[in-house]
Amino acid sequence: MKILVCISKAPDTTSKIAFTDGNTKFDENGVQYIVNPYDEWYALVRALEIKETSGGQVTIITVGSAADEAIIRKALAIGADEAVRIDADPKDAYYTATQIAEYAKTNGFDLILTGKETINYNGSQVAGMIAASLDFPLVSLASKLEVNGSTLTLEKEATNGLQIVEVSLPAVVSCAKGMAEQRIPNMRGIMAARTKPLTVIPAVAVEEMTSYVGYEMPAAKSACKMLTADQMDELVSLLHNEAKVI
Amino acid sequence: MRTDLYTHPDYYNMDDLLSEEHKLVRDAARAWVKKEVSPIIDEHYEKATFPMHLLKGLGEIGAFGPYIPDEYGGPGLDQISYGLIMQELERCDSGLRSTASVQSSLVMYPIWKYGSEEQKQKYLPKLATGEMMGCFGLTEPDHGSNPGGMITNFKDAGDGEHVILNGAKMWISNAPFADIAVVWAKDETGRIHGIVVERGMEGFSTPEMHGKLSLRASSTGELIFVDVKVPKSHILPGRTGLGAPLSCLDSARFGIAWGALGAAMDCYDQALRYSKERTQFGVPIGSFQLIQKKLAEMITEITKAQLLTLRVGQLRNEGKATSAQISMAKRNNVEIALNIAREARQIHGGMGITSEYSIMRHMANLESVVTYEGTHDIHLLITGMDVTGIPAFTREMPDLK
Ligand SMILES: Cc1cc2nc3c(=O)[nH]c(=O)nc-3n(C[C@H](O)[C@H](O)[C@H](O)COP(=O)(O)OP(=O)(O)OC[C@H]3O[C@@H](n4cnc5c(N)ncnc54)[C@H](O)[C@@H]3O)c2cc1C
Repeated sequence: MKILVCISKAPDTTSKIAFTDGNTKFDENGVQYIVNPYDEWYALVRALEIKETSGGQVTIITVGSAADEAIIRKALAIGADEAVRIDADPKDAYYTATQIAEYAKTNGFDLILTGKETINYNGSQVAGMIAASLDFPLVSLASKLEVNGSTLTLEKEATNGLQIVEVSLPAVVSCAKGMAEQRIPNMRGIMAARTKPLTVIPAVAVEEMTSYVGYEMPAAKSACKMLTADQMDELVSLLHNEAKVI
Repeated sequence: MRTDLYTHPDYYNMDDLLSEEHKLVRDAARAWVKKEVSPIIDEHYEKATFPMHLLKGLGEIGAFGPYIPDEYGGPGLDQISYGLIMQELERCDSGLRSTASVQSSLVMYPIWKYGSEEQKQKYLPKLATGEMMGCFGLTEPDHGSNPGGMITNFKDAGDGEHVILNGAKMWISNAPFADIAVVWAKDETGRIHGIVVERGMEGFSTPEMHGKLSLRASSTGELIFVDVKVPKSHILPGRTGLGAPLSCLDSARFGIAWGALGAAMDCYDQALRYSKERTQFGVPIGSFQLIQKKLAEMITEITKAQLLTLRVGQLRNEGKATSAQISMAKRNNVEIALNIAREARQIHGGMGITSEYSIMRHMANLESVVTYEGTHDIHLLITGMDVTGIPAFTREMPDLK
């Protein structure tokens, strides 16, 4: 089975978030990037588990610049076999999805996995757009994935329960919590990542569909109030009158 | 302990001077520590037990001999990677780092540098995975700062194949569970040799030392040799004399310099967070000048130490770091870590003395780190000798009458 895992970068949660160009652009200055956790912990690890039990090949793909090769090496260190970087600064989900779909068209993947969303933009659109471009079925936000021959059985959380669906390969799946457990790269993996192939491919021309009007910061968190265990009445009153949650 | 939120302070963008691989190695070690060690370390510290179940994981993250080449089962990383792994371990607990330091620098390093090909093949791959653990016996009950005065010795057994080892070593990290001990002992001419003693050899025992109020999650013991018959093939052939164990100490001290800085960074990280969260007199305590002074001085010392430590890492990568340069880094970093731990503890008020925070544990641990691998004052004398050219370690006993 040939699996393509889409990897995106996301700012480390400790990075200071700021904007430039009149609040229309994310300020990357001094920001440390990590692999988007949904891509890494769930999509990539599940792909590796499938490969380990049924054989195959796991390719990771990212649309990004040379600076993003750090996250690619990490994904290779965790265990992907090879990597592809589409050399471009992605503009929006449509741009990213089109680049990935173009690559996938000529490389015959059985399964394409993404994270359910990135933790910075939370768009959840790329998987659907790839599926549409390739005319593959899409299962989004899956929390469990099993492969039986050419059929996938997936679980998704639904209100008050679970939805269980089956699709035939080839397919696109966006992966949510529950799909797999985070893997920490070990030293062997880090060493092996040095020599695994990384192919850089030029981007195809894609129409720009989005323009950014502005970014705003969420309201600042107010200071934390500390109470001792015996101040039960005070706690109830604060929750009721100040926080207004009860 | 509460959820481990550690991130390292990086005031001068030192990360820009690291390679992607360095960061990958460091981040993997950090993720492993947060997942496997932070949640359990306090319990081991309180009970004074070493978390044996972590040995395999330590091997997997490369904590055992990261610079040992592939042909002997190591990952063949550079010295800065070694330093970064030690930093991540000690950031959590000095005891954990001690175990990794001993295995890497004091057991694998001498076997790799001074061992025969057969010894390297026999021990190194298993030591790299943690399947086999080692300890290093230099200090003796009456010879700490002055190891050259050791009395542990061996003589020819007369059978052409063995030597007979006698003596005792004290304060030996990992001794109670180690499978092998790299022991430094004198031959019949008084020359120091390294010799690999295996658990199970008759006359060899490793009683545990109890009552440590520091480094409690590390296991420390004695090595006792009563007419132990050791095959001559266990003697490290590559180097003899006090310089041999001292070169191992260079490697270990280098790791300690990185490690102690890790402990300092952990204390600062918690103190900074706490000073923004804790409110007194209606404002976060971080808004008081006295707290800011503490924090500003901590981050200044940390930043200076980061620069010094990375530089000594670069020198060591080039094979150019002198023993005296490593000494200075060890001495400086342990001292600033101790000072920062004390200040960070004060910032935490009463909470600072509890196991909710790792600060008090760091502070107690660092009291061992400031003494082992050359005491604070011995390192000062090393720097003093280096700059003046005059050794001041020994003196004539004055006539007190
Ligand atoms: C937890 C722990 C783990 C250890 N693990 C190991 C191990 O794995 N292997 C190993 O071989 N050893 C180990 N050690 C031993 C350690 O290296 C020694 O404790 C250290 O070298 C100091 O020796 P000492 O304790 O005998 O102190 P001493 O040498 O007796 O020193 C006592 C005091 O005198 C000072 N002093 C000594 N000589 C001079 C001088 N010339 N000028 C000025 N001041 C001087 C010292 O600085 C110190 O303040 C460990 C120690 C501890 C605490």
